[in-house]
Order: sequence, then structure tokens, then C-alpha cells
Amino acid sequence: MAGRAMWRGVLRIGDQRVPVKLYAAAQDRKVHFHLLHDTDQVRVRQHMVDPNSGDAVPGEQITRGFEAEPGVFVLVRREDLDAVKPAESRDVELAQFVDADAIDLAWYERPYYLGPDGDPARYAALAEALRKKKQVGIAHWVMRGKRYAGALRPEGDQLVLVTLRTNDEVIDVSELKPPKGRELDKRERALAEQLISGLAGSFDPSAFRDEHRDRVRELIERKRKGGRVTIKRAPRKAAPSSLADALQKSVKRIHKEQRSA
Amino acid sequence: MPDDQEQQEQEEGARSPRPFWSGTLSFGLVSIPVDLYPETRHGGIALRTLSKDGVPLARRYYCPDDGKEVDRDHLARGFELDDGSFVVVTDEELESVDPKKSRDIDLRLFVPEQELDPIYFDRPYVLTPGSESTKAYRLLADVMEAEGRAGIATFVMREHEYLVAIVARHGVLRAVVLRFADEVRSPKQLGLARAAEPSPELVRTFERAIAKHSVARFPADELDDERTAALRKLLEKKLKSKKDVLEAPEEAATSAQAAQAEIIDLMEVLKRSLREGDAGKQPARARPAKRARKRG
Repeated sequence: MAGRAMWRGVLRIGDQRVPVKLYAAAQDRKVHFHLLHDTDQVRVRQHMVDPNSGDAVPGEQITRGFEAEPGVFVLVRREDLDAVKPAESRDVELAQFVDADAIDLAWYERPYYLGPDGDPARYAALAEALRKKKQVGIAHWVMRGKRYAGALRPEGDQLVLVTLRTNDEVIDVSELKPPKGRELDKRERALAEQLISGLAGSFDPSAFRDEHRDRVRELIERKRKGGRVTIKRAPRKAAPSSLADALQKSVKRIHKEQRSA
Repeated sequence: MPDDQEQQEQEEGARSPRPFWSGTLSFGLVSIPVDLYPETRHGGIALRTLSKDGVPLARRYYCPDDGKEVDRDHLARGFELDDGSFVVVTDEELESVDPKKSRDIDLRLFVPEQELDPIYFDRPYVLTPGSESTKAYRLLADVMEAEGRAGIATFVMREHEYLVAIVARHGVLRAVVLRFADEVRSPKQLGLARAAEPSPELVRTFERAIAKHSVARFPADELDDERTAALRKLLEKKLKSKKDVLEAPEEAATSAQAAQAEIIDLMEVLKRSLREGDAGKQPARARPAKRARKRG
């Protein structure tokens, strides 16, 4: 199934322009549930009630407000929201480029593929230039009434634009201090190193499957047919008596596995 | 499709001083008790829903059959079948589908950090020590950081399985939830053709354009929410000129204040939790009043 572009724009770096189409790269595969009323299995709805009287307030009588001081609200009206709406534009401005590892992982939010929109030669040249420079572009654009920032990256021979969170959504982890404690034991550290090297490999995302999703679907199917479900519980893992001991045993086990493999 | 359950949990999660998930992080036979906290928070301006008299309203569930309110104890989780009927599934049943995975993040693979592709990044979390002994936590963080390795595992949290990469930064363990491979479309699936062979001149033109705009640091301060800033300004102006300002009736104002007090500073919770391990947690769970302070 060929995908449909959800938006068209123009990447702009100084006076260079690259027309692109944007495609959503992420798709949700989770099993979703609805909340039901347990006695009659009807899907519940939500409404707003006055907590003092318990009475539901109909939609047309509801307003939204910002609490400026306790109990004092400034009403937010449709025209206020319209007034702060960014101007529509097709431009995706790329005013800055950084090293690929300069962006902390917490910023990345949602990926989109870009495809060329009529000028494949310029598209391919930009992807190649980013790859050669090992750089990522910081993009700013307005799409469907909302302002976005994103990271423009080469991926194979495609361009990928991953939206970035705003700075009030991300906490600055560099401000966090690590837990304190006595200096690490040299022998334990060497064992941990050995253990981790024994578990080293390369990352292949397709090697991991959401098995839980499959099992939940099986569970639903079993229940649909009227089957019984037995409840199993896992025992809590007990903390090892000695860290050095656990490390030592783990390393031994890994060596054994590797020999027999 | 909107997911009522998820929406409800996310709203709670953002305000809760308690960890999102508690369990163990394992490598080999070593298991480290950890608490998992979100690394992101809601941006924007928190707006309250009000009646026309300025009473802050509460969101409640009701049954459309009789219009009566349904409290939490009478909520069930249902999977909708094609014919519109539901199969009810309980929390215990869901947890028993894979009981071990809902307690333990078992790192069986350590990969070079550079191999993690941001296209898979979904949501970041911080892991803090869940016990007073922090030795194993610090040991794992130290080795992973020195070698630039990320630990990979799948685990179950709140009825969903997650693929995570655990990375260490400045001695702090972080977890990035990754999308599963089938949650990321491929260019081929989208019908995106292989790009044309670029002309060397055009590549050089773009290389020069990139070099001209290259900066040393990630411009985090430019990633601000301009719309929120503009809206805030507009609202302050309205407040000053007393336009569209509504005062809640006295008895309602107190409930609004109580709701406000629940919102806590995530950063403070994280700092405390890292500093004191388990002892830094809010007293939301029962635990002995006196405890010998031992640090590993």
C-alpha cells in the first residue's frame, strides 16, 4: 500500500529550496480498550459536573479559564486562541545544523519521512550532503495551524524529519546528580565489564516483537469463546546477597553459554 | 482511536509524585530495584473547565443508559469486537499474560549507543534507585557510560509491552521507550522511491549551505512554545484590564486550590529520588517509620 502524503512543504536553507512531501512514519499497533460500566457493559461517557452539587453542566454553558490567582480565572475564548495561531506557510526553515549527537534523546517526539515533491535531484543532493557532513538540520515550520520544531536527518537515502519537543516539555537531565555512594570496587567493576561485553551485540529492531500484544489478543479470543483464564503471578525477584557473587556467577554462566553455542 | 484508559492514566501520571512503574533492572543475575519516572511533562498553559459562574468543574464518567455517574470501582475494561459487543478483561488477567515481564527489565543485549535511531524514540524516562543500596545501580551506569553502550529489553508496564533502551548519562540511568519495528513504516511501504543519484556539484552546494549554518550547540532555548508565550501575554493583558475575569464562588475556590496543590515539580521528585534512593519517595506507600541508613 502506497502511503498518502499528509502535507507538502519546502525545505529552505539560506537561498536553497527543496520541495518535499511529508509522510507519517509511526503507526500505533497497541491493543486498545474502552472503559465500560461493569454491570451492563455499556461504554461509559464523560461529562463535566459541578463538584459541589454533583449536577452535570451542559456543553454550551462551559467555558475554559486560566487560574491567574487561586479562584480567579481569566476566560480563554475562541478568538484568543485564534489570535495566537501562527500564520500558515509552506516553508520549513533550516537555520541551524548541529552534529548528530548534539541532540539529547529526550527531544525526539514523532518521525516523518520526507519524499521529493517534483525535484528528486535536489532532494537526493541534500540527503547526501547531510550524510557526508554528519550533521542534522534544526527545522522550524507551521503545519495545520501548529508550530513545530524538528530534526532533519538522512536515513538510508531518504530524509527523515523527527519532531522535537518544546523546552517546557523536557526536563534538563544534566541538572540531575547521580546517586552517591562509596567508590566502586575494582574487582566488581571488572566483572561487570566482562558481563556486559558477554552480552554485547548490535541492534536490530526487527528482532523484537510485541509478544504481549499477541498474548492479549489470544486472551481476548479465549474469553470471547467462553474459555477460562487462570491467574498467574510472578514472585518478586529477591535481591542477591552479594553483588560480587551475582556478577561472578553471571560471568561464568555467559562463558558457559558461549562455549556451548 | 482514542483510548479512555490511556488518557486517564496519562493525566494521572503527569501529576503523580509516585513512580510510573517500579520493578527491577537486571543484567545477568544482578537485579537492581528501580523506579521509573517520566522525563517529560505537559507543556502549555493548564486551563480549567468552568461553569458560567466560575465554578471549576470535574470530569466524571457516566453510563449513557441511565445517565448515572459511574465511579472507578465500577469501571471495566472492554475490547470491542467487530459486532460492537465487548470482551471484558480484568487487570489481573492482563498482568498474568506475562507476569515476569511486568516486574523486570532484563537486559540481555548491550548495543553501541550510536546504533539507536531516533526514528524509534518514543518517550524518555529516568530510572532512580529503588532501594537504599545504590552500588549495583552505579556500577551498571558507570560501565555502560564508559563503553557507550545501551542495554536493550522488553518489559510490560500498564498493560502494554515496551521495547526500551537503557542508557547512562552522567551516572544517571535513563530509559527510552522505542517503537517496535512494526510501529515504524518503511519507505518501501509508503511507496517512496529510491532517491536519484545526486550530482556532485549539487551535493557540494548543499554542503556549503550546511557549513554556513552550522552551530556548535543544540539551540535548546529556541525550542520554546511561542504560542503558549503569546497566549500567556494575552491573558495577562485581559487580567489587568479586568476583561473576561471570573471569580469562583467561595466554596468552589477551595477545591480549585486543592487541585492546584497536587501539581508537583517533577524535577524536585527526581532529584530527591536520586539522592535518597527509595527513601526519597513520597509517603504514598506504607513503609516502616524508622530505617537504618545504609548506603552501598
